[in-house]
Amino acid sequence: MFKIVEEPITSDALYDEVKKDYNGAVVTFCGVVRNHSGETRTDFLVYDAYKEMAEKKMSEIGAQAKEQWKVENISVLHRVGRLEIGEISVLIAVASPHRAEAFEACRHVIDKLKELVPIWKKEVGENGEVWVEGPQAAFAGG
Amino acid sequence: MKIKVLFFANCSDIVGCKESEREVAEGATVGSFKQDLITQYPDLLGLQNVLSVAVNTEYVDDLTALKAGDEIAFIPPVSGG
Repeated sequence: MFKIVEEPITSDALYDEVKKDYNGAVVTFCGVVRNHSGETRTDFLVYDAYKEMAEKKMSEIGAQAKEQWKVENISVLHRVGRLEIGEISVLIAVASPHRAEAFEACRHVIDKLKELVPIWKKEVGENGEVWVEGPQAAFAGG
Repeated sequence: MKIKVLFFANCSDIVGCKESEREVAEGATVGSFKQDLITQYPDLLGLQNVLSVAVNTEYVDDLTALKAGDEIAFIPPVSGG
């Protein structure tokens, strides 16, 4: 499952989805809304996404990770809309027969998501409202 | 020919909308359309080097030709996660 959602995400939301009898390890990653950015206080975040493309890109990243680490079960949820401090913005779950592959694939999926998937966050706080820009263009061929 | 244009994050703030329909000439490319938009919205110039473009939900380069009915999206550096 690779979905953009508007409802709150709980940390165990994908556990049953990826846990199978042939898997001995489940690794989950939660991205959580932090109360600061550098020295600046953050009050809340607003996430926006190009939903159709974001779900497609997350699914492609998942498929690539499944292939590379020979794991069968990867799921990703990313929330959009207004998120309060402490809420989960992204949840990744990877299950595999042994732990090493699950850890590595999970790390790969969050890294690629942050690089490629068309989702943006706006920080609202001490400095007003600021769209955060990632460190580089999502696609270098432009 | 008509195309659908999507703007996100600070691009939509600069342009003042999230979605619009535009008329482009036959033979227009992603690059030529991008230049037209920058002429119309000079504040986009600051984003030019980091802006990515997707056509029909796939990242494309500036040489890609536009076709009637395409959905073109302007994608500032992403910041999900």
